[in-house]
Amino acid sequence: MKQTIQTTCPYCGVGCGITAQVDAAKHQVEIKGDASHPANFGKLCSKGSALGDTVSLQGRLLQPLIHGQPTDWTSALDLVAERFQHIIKTHGADAVAIYGSGQLLTEDYYVANKLMKGFIGSANIDTNSRLCMSSSVSGHKRAFGSDTVPNCYEDFEHAELIILIGSNAAWCHPVSFQRIRAAKALNPALKVVVIDPRKTASCDIADLHLPIASGGDAILFNGLLQYLHQQNCVNKAYIAAHTEGFEVALTATADFSVEQVAKRCRLEKTAVEQFYTWFAGIEKTMSLYSQGINQSSSGTDKVNAIINCHLATGRIGKLGCGPFSLTGQPNAMGGREVGGLANQLAAHMDFLKPEDIARVARFWNSPAIAQKPGLAAVELFDAIYDGKVKAVWIMGTNPVVSLPNADKVKQALQRCEFVVVSDCIANTDTTALAQVLLPAQGWSEKDGTVTNSERCISRQRALFKPAGDAQPDWWIITQVARRMGFAHAFAYQSSVDIFSEHAALSGFENNGLRDFDISAFATISAHAYEQLQPTQWPVNQNHPEGTKRLFADGQFFTASGKAQFIAITPRLPVNSLDADYPLVLNTGRLRDQWHTMTRTALATKLNQHRPEPFVEIHPQDAERYGLLPGCLASITSKWGSMLARVQITETQQAGNLFVPMHWTEQYASRGRMGALVNPVFDPLSKQPESKHTPVRIEVYQPAWTGFILSREAISVNDVDYWVKINHEQGFGYELAGGTLLEDALTWTKQHLSPEQADDKHWQSYVDAGKGVFRLARIDNLQLHSLIFISTQNPLPERNWLISLLAQPTLSASERQALLLGLPPVGTPDVGAIICACFNVGAKTIGTAIKERGLKTYQEVGQCLKAGTNCGSCVPEIKALL
Amino acid sequence: MKQRLVVIGNGMAGMRTIEELLLSAPDQYDITVFGAEPYGNYNRIMLSAVLCGEKSIEDIVINSRQWYRDNHIQLHAGAEKAVVQIDRGRQKVIAQDGTFAGYDRLLIATGSRAVVPDIPGNDLQGVISFRDILDVNKMLDYCKSHKKAVVLGGGLLGLEAANGLAYRGMDVTVIHNNPVLLNRQLDQYAAKLLQAELVQRGIHFKMPAKTQALLGDSNGHITAVRFDDGSELACDLFVMAIGVRPNMALAQTAGLYCERGIVVNDTLQTYDPCVYAVGECIQHRSQTFGLVAPLFEQAKVCANHLSEHGMAEYITLPTATKLKVTGINLFSVGDFQGDASTENIVFTDASLGIYKKLVLKANRLIGSVLYGDTVDGSWYQELLEKKVDITNIRDVLIFGKAYVTAG
Repeated sequence: MKQTIQTTCPYCGVGCGITAQVDAAKHQVEIKGDASHPANFGKLCSKGSALGDTVSLQGRLLQPLIHGQPTDWTSALDLVAERFQHIIKTHGADAVAIYGSGQLLTEDYYVANKLMKGFIGSANIDTNSRLCMSSSVSGHKRAFGSDTVPNCYEDFEHAELIILIGSNAAWCHPVSFQRIRAAKALNPALKVVVIDPRKTASCDIADLHLPIASGGDAILFNGLLQYLHQQNCVNKAYIAAHTEGFEVALTATADFSVEQVAKRCRLEKTAVEQFYTWFAGIEKTMSLYSQGINQSSSGTDKVNAIINCHLATGRIGKLGCGPFSLTGQPNAMGGREVGGLANQLAAHMDFLKPEDIARVARFWNSPAIAQKPGLAAVELFDAIYDGKVKAVWIMGTNPVVSLPNADKVKQALQRCEFVVVSDCIANTDTTALAQVLLPAQGWSEKDGTVTNSERCISRQRALFKPAGDAQPDWWIITQVARRMGFAHAFAYQSSVDIFSEHAALSGFENNGLRDFDISAFATISAHAYEQLQPTQWPVNQNHPEGTKRLFADGQFFTASGKAQFIAITPRLPVNSLDADYPLVLNTGRLRDQWHTMTRTALATKLNQHRPEPFVEIHPQDAERYGLLPGCLASITSKWGSMLARVQITETQQAGNLFVPMHWTEQYASRGRMGALVNPVFDPLSKQPESKHTPVRIEVYQPAWTGFILSREAISVNDVDYWVKINHEQGFGYELAGGTLLEDALTWTKQHLSPEQADDKHWQSYVDAGKGVFRLARIDNLQLHSLIFISTQNPLPERNWLISLLAQPTLSASERQALLLGLPPVGTPDVGAIICACFNVGAKTIGTAIKERGLKTYQEVGQCLKAGTNCGSCVPEIKALL
Repeated sequence: MKQRLVVIGNGMAGMRTIEELLLSAPDQYDITVFGAEPYGNYNRIMLSAVLCGEKSIEDIVINSRQWYRDNHIQLHAGAEKAVVQIDRGRQKVIAQDGTFAGYDRLLIATGSRAVVPDIPGNDLQGVISFRDILDVNKMLDYCKSHKKAVVLGGGLLGLEAANGLAYRGMDVTVIHNNPVLLNRQLDQYAAKLLQAELVQRGIHFKMPAKTQALLGDSNGHITAVRFDDGSELACDLFVMAIGVRPNMALAQTAGLYCERGIVVNDTLQTYDPCVYAVGECIQHRSQTFGLVAPLFEQAKVCANHLSEHGMAEYITLPTATKLKVTGINLFSVGDFQGDASTENIVFTDASLGIYKKLVLKANRLIGSVLYGDTVDGSWYQELLEKKVDITNIRDVLIFGKAYVTAG
């Protein structure tokens, strides 16, 4: 019996609707895009499409643990409440903290924030959204007086110029990117400009790519403001009626001629001119920006430099024009709405306004509301390291991986008196350091609301019963709050109780003072909440059906009601390059992974696109540092180091490196990029500068390299370099060792067969003279595991071998060719997977192109389906063409 | 008038030479052949198959008496036709019954005989070798009436005998003086696989072991084997298969220069320019022979000279071996043990009973042992003989020729 349930994707901030066909008995779900959801209209990306592969109980945290020992909820909750109370009593409220996540639902977030700020009385609650969106928040508030995204996705279809700034939307917000691609196909006049130091997959649809010098964005937009002024393209009437500070802001751009900008941003002057000309001439302009802007020590300034240009042209909150921040997480916006950041209060109210503090205290009937902002992420973990914060409760995030200077974060948690982690996953780099582990419900179990980039509130609904003893985060927090003596204020029985209170707070004494107002939901019934359809806030008496755009009327939430120009003096990244650290390290997302891979890595097809941590480097730099394609490199900053596989590409600028942000110690021995990232941040937004860390790179020359494929997970912690890859029917391990294995045979048998399968099970191939050692374990005609080790030769491709792991038996010819690693003569080799949605390999595509004379990616799609779902592999298909 | 060619020995080497000669110079000689066995010419290496019942005597005949007639060859076959003297002065040979033939060219192909261990009891009844049809017939008789067989020698011949006798229902024990079975053809690993397979077929092994004496009953028939460790093993049939020695007495008596065999040069000529010799009776460049492949090569070279083309030179190439036991595939060639200057490539698949070893030196294949999967044996032999530089195919070498051409 299958049940159809509408829910929302748990990955990026696009917030796609999902139609789930749930087979509860089999614990299976078929995932499709929700055709009625305004974020995606039925589309899904590779990650969202693979959600069905992530709902198994594999790796789940199923019961509370205290010091690694299973316990019951009562004992665990009692302990958390008691220790928090004790530390607060002894050291004060600021000695405890909560570190939350954009993965939390709005209801979870609301309760956590209320407990911390309203009842414990400290604002030491911050979230991983700090790493993601806080510069946008600060920029919005400076310009608009509120943290408001003025526009909506529909504007992509109305725009005639779309500028992607510091955003590889093709990979990071694929459905929005495909929406732009489709809009461009319908309206060839639509121009797309990509501003990014890297030539990313998003450049595939770009009419103009500006490969800007890292950190140069504010220079470029200062120059644009100056250009608009000089060309007499500013909207003087709008500036006069609806803004303040234009003259000061303009004066700050006086030196930013096109020549100066081109020089300082290391761009072609004609390219800068082209961009400026288009911006000046095209009214319907959308500026979409993301982490390339936000993750900077001057991120807030960069946001305002962009917004300045929109204010100067009056292009804000109108059909097809406005600045648009692409948020990273499914509920980063929801977190901002409840006040989940340490410098926010609640419901878009602020510590800077005493009347806000009083109002929230009144609403909550709060005995001890926090009076000042708390510690933001980097500062918070520094305070933990220094012993100032003695207890921390981490919810649904993995700071040991994702925060800058992550090795210090790890040490901080090791030193910390009391670490509680709520998570749905048992083994993460962060759960490893917890004294108390609390099993939270995961996506597909939890139930509540999220808000996407365009202010659209959607329901995440439960598809299955909770795994094991897992509970909703709001329930866990509520239980602790009750034990700490706040039962009266945390009497919630369900998520709708919380949502309606949150809605009531947003409308409390609002009267149009605050942008965030969903007071229409203050009295929402359980039934209506269950049936809630995607709705864009504000949702109130005046806008009962929600609001697509704000600010079209030129009214803002500043004291004067006018938008503020901000005079920008561009600042370079804090840490500059020197002889020891001569390269810029940039970090970011991949197409097929999400954050620290705890869930996406479970969907085996998502691991095929980029199976290993890698570093992208320009050919010139590769030559300078003696790096060959596919070799391993050690990358070192003043803060830490990592190992990564070298990919040489001209999409990277000389002098710049790029590494993916996803790998953890669960999947790689030395792949955590967070260890390298400099712990510097924007003074206003406190957002770390994750896109710019001075590093050096060197060849890592192992004594041997190899790989293992195994039907069972094994431990290879004794190998210097290892990367674990989940496959359909087993696990892959890429290996490299600094010293030769003394006895490869014994080592292998110990690792692949700890139960000591007898000699009959093994197939071996050894060419000691060439440093070739290969061993396979075959149980009852089925491949159980294999290892390939080499000291000189390149290793064969893995795809065919991986496919054998999924087979119930090996044919005679497959068995014969197994340790050669190449398919038996006559068996096709699909090559590296290009299309993750339909599992189509490069060689398959190449053959089809050649044999059937395919000319376009659309023809490839018709022929092989590749690229026809999420479309994010289209640039790679084009490259093959 | 044609020249006269006399051949002593109606075995495989001699007759192959004649076959080659008939191809290259069919009318050059009047040919006379003396053979000590009362048959035409048969394939001695197939005697194992006869013992196993896989082939009959008729199946293994190469040339029947009719063939001799058709080719105008005078055949003197039978024990009484065994040549007893070569009169080099008069250029004639004389058989036991006085039959004689004069020659212009003489070809000696007297083959070899089994080595008989120098131990007490080696003349008892039931103590035989495994050389000819007579031996096979004896063994087949014993299989009907007796139970316990002991084979001395874990070489190719001994194992084939043991397999045949076991197949015929005898309780067989193989005695080998080396801890490694087939130690001249296999390395230790392959030998272990082979031994395991043969044990599964019911054959027992006592090795390494040294035979001290054969014990007999009052009728002079063997009853038991005694070993130097004092143990004894009951025995009704004792088959000696510890190697062969060239049959060179006749040549020696005729004053031809012999060492361990009849010494020949690269044209298979003895020290007497009129006299040639081929096969297991010869010694060429210090080497004697026991396998069929070099014999055929010698036959070709010898025929080339007898027909006075005078071109060919015999070079001993590494010889591949094969055990003629159904269901057991093994192959070895060249220097498969290797040394400090060589490199090994080894492949095993234990449950399939596959073992392959290639020995390389200076990027060339110099030896190979294959057990269980011998499909590529001839390819390896070719690479070895042609001294092909395998640098570019080394990575696929052990997986077989198919992967090279697939390139």
